[in-house]
Order: sequence, then structure tokens, then C-alpha cells
Amino acid sequence: MVKGYQSRWKPRLRVVHTAQSADDTQNERQFGRRLLPHLDDAYRYARYLARDQSAAEDIVQEAFLRALKGYASCRGNEKAWLFAIVRNCCIDWSKAHRSAPSDFTDGLKETVVDSETPETQLQRDRDILSIRAAIAGMPEPFREAIVLREIDALSYREIATITDVPIGTVMSRLARARIMLATLFLSRGQKGMSA
Amino acid sequence: MTTCAEREPALNAMIDGELDGLNASKLEAHVRGCATCSAYLATLADVRDLMAPDALKEHAPAPLRARIEAMMATPEPAQPRLPTDRYIPWLGGGAIGALAASAALFLAVPQFSESDMPDQLIAGHIRSLQANHLTDVLTSNRHVVKPWFNGRLDFSPPVVDLGAQGFPLVGGRLDYIEGRPVAALVYRRRLHTINLFIRPLSGAAPSLPATFRRQTYSLSRWTAGGLEYWAVSDIEKGELQTFHASFDRATAQ
Repeated sequence: MVKGYQSRWKPRLRVVHTAQSADDTQNERQFGRRLLPHLDDAYRYARYLARDQSAAEDIVQEAFLRALKGYASCRGNEKAWLFAIVRNCCIDWSKAHRSAPSDFTDGLKETVVDSETPETQLQRDRDILSIRAAIAGMPEPFREAIVLREIDALSYREIATITDVPIGTVMSRLARARIMLATLFLSRGQKGMSA
Repeated sequence: MTTCAEREPALNAMIDGELDGLNASKLEAHVRGCATCSAYLATLADVRDLMAPDALKEHAPAPLRARIEAMMATPEPAQPRLPTDRYIPWLGGGAIGALAASAALFLAVPQFSESDMPDQLIAGHIRSLQANHLTDVLTSNRHVVKPWFNGRLDFSPPVVDLGAQGFPLVGGRLDYIEGRPVAALVYRRRLHTINLFIRPLSGAAPSLPATFRRQTYSLSRWTAGGLEYWAVSDIEKGELQTFHASFDRATAQ
């Protein structure tokens, strides 16, 4: 309400140009606040994509910076738009760092050796560890598809937008990715019907 | 002629709740009679369970969050200053007015909401029937409906099919009650629709009977396992109580 008064009265008092840049900052921040709820999801995506924790942090920070600068170009789905930027930042990062990815499962090793932890908890941690390792070991683009779907719960349309492929491609990548995981983890060991 | 291998993407879409109703029911009919496809579907459900643990969904580290929040707050170029003499009184009045209005809203809302709850639920029920938006995920397969809610809600509603008891599961959708997303499961009783709204239990129980009628609709409320259930339908009170009992029995198993 206070803002309304300001913007209505300002042009009479000031040259428009200064008011404009203040408005821009204001919009930028408002937009930033709308992006904040997606921070956790964006981080997970970067983490699984880059397979490196500190790189994921840099990537997400860079992505938010770019998103704020370019907020005016966002049409429609903010989350998909932000993820597309995260993806670009990941690509830039991996071009710059061609070295082998650092160990994705670092953080979990401590919990595994903790002797105070009950047996079932230990088993659970080991399971989580091996699932993480399996996801990290998956080839692109299957890893990306399964992470966007199962970890970040995005719709097919959003995944198609972010990865810039048709929905049909998203569907077949997901099917392949799931069968890869099933082959690794399930004794049933079904390899998919087409194999 | 579609082969089973060609159905793989569609089966994935079904478990992801991305298949439209007509295709979903056709595919379900096929899966019931096809051992290959039902085994494949079971594998997909197992992989889904494999990736479900929250431990796989870590949060952004606190320092990163702090840096990004700071980023939203910093760039503050010098604001053009307003001449104090003429405008501040106006602004002050406006600000105080706005504060007073929002405070009034803030204080008033909790008092309204309690008695308002059944009305909101009936409105949600009617809306679901009118707007052709009864279900977001349309399938009688509870193994599809339950995972569909993952990531869309911060709690996991129990999903059971009560087809054998005369209340077939039709599907599920997200609804908004008191400004919060809640799960809505959709069941049928003959030609009638039952909306079962589920949300985490919060606050005191409303001073209403467990089952009652309002505006020609029957409502039934119960709580179990930290969740609050509201069933809404145009069927008789007695039938809604039967529904409640069937649901309880099925979830207790």
C-alpha cells in the first residue's frame, strides 16, 4: 500500500530514470523471493548433476545470480526456468573442470562408521549410500531424467523444457533409467521387456 | 498392434501420474490380463520405493542459503528521497492503515476458520464436481495414487481401494483448505462421489458431531495416526459412516 503511494507520486517530483532503477531492484528482489522456495530442489539437482558438493554450491549461487539479473526474461514456470539456468551453470562448470568428480558420498561415510548407531540404522545408511552411488554412476542423460523426476518431483513437461528435448524422449530416458536401477538393486532383476 | 515393449513408456507415465484418464484405464485393463506388463509395473513401483527415502533429498547447506538470501537483500541503490514535509504524513497514514487492516485480518481469520471448515469442504466438493477437475491422477490403482502425492505434500496420506466394499477408488487430487494443500481421495458410491480430504492434524477438534448434514451434504470427520480426515458426499449419513468404517478397516490391515 505504501509502495502504491510512492510510485503514484514520484513522477511529479523526480526524473523517471532514477525511479525506474529503484523499481528494477524492487522487482528483482520480489522475484528472488519467489525463487527461494526452489533452493533445496535446485541444490539437489546441481549436486546430482555435478557429483560434487562444493561445485554444486557454486553452481547454485551462480544460477541464482544469473536468475536475478535476467528475471525479466522469465515467462511462466519459474521453477523450470530456474532449473534450466542451473543446468547451464553445470555445463559451464563441467567445461571448466574436466577433472574426475570428487567422491559424491563423502558426507555419509561418517555416519556409517559411527559405532553408536543401531544395526538397522547402519543398514539403512549403507542402502542410501549405495543408491546414491548407483545414481551417481548412471550415465547422462538418464541420471538427469531420474533425478528431476524422483528427487525433484518435476512433471514430464517441466523436464522436457529444462533438458530441451521432446516429452517422448523424457519418457524413454526415465524408462531406461529405472531399468538400470532395477537391474542393480532388485533381485527380481527384470531387464525391461525390450531387452 | 501395440507390443508390450512399446507399452514401457506409457507404463512409466502411468506410475508417474502423467497418463490421461482414458489411456490409463485402457492400460490398466491390459495390465490386469498381462503377466509381463504387471511384473514390469511392479518393478517400477520397487524402483520408486528405492528412491523414496528422504535421506536422498538433502537440503541446501545453510551457508549457501544465507549467501543467496543476502543476495536478495543487498543491491540497494540510493532511493530518491521524498520531501518529508508533504508526503510523510500521507505515507504514515497509509502505513498505519495497512498495518491495522492486516492486523485485523490476522486476528479475525483463526476465529472464522473453525466454523468455516465444513463450508470450505463442501465448496471443495462442489468445485471438484463442477470444474471437471475431480482428479489430478485418475486411476483405481492405489500404488499409483499414493506415490503421486510424494513431493506434492509434506505428509503421506494412506490410500486404499474399497471397491470390494462398494466404494471404488477413482483417483486423487490436490486441494486447498484453509490456505494449505491437502490430499483429496475420490471414491464412488454407485453414481455418487465421495471426496475424502486428508491433512495433518492441527489445533483442537471442532465442536461438531462426527457425522452431520449440512446444505444437503453429509460430512464425516475422524482422526487417525496424526491425520485429520473429512469425508464429504451427497450420500446418506449412514452410508458415509459405512464408508468411514470400511476405510478404517482397510487402513488398519
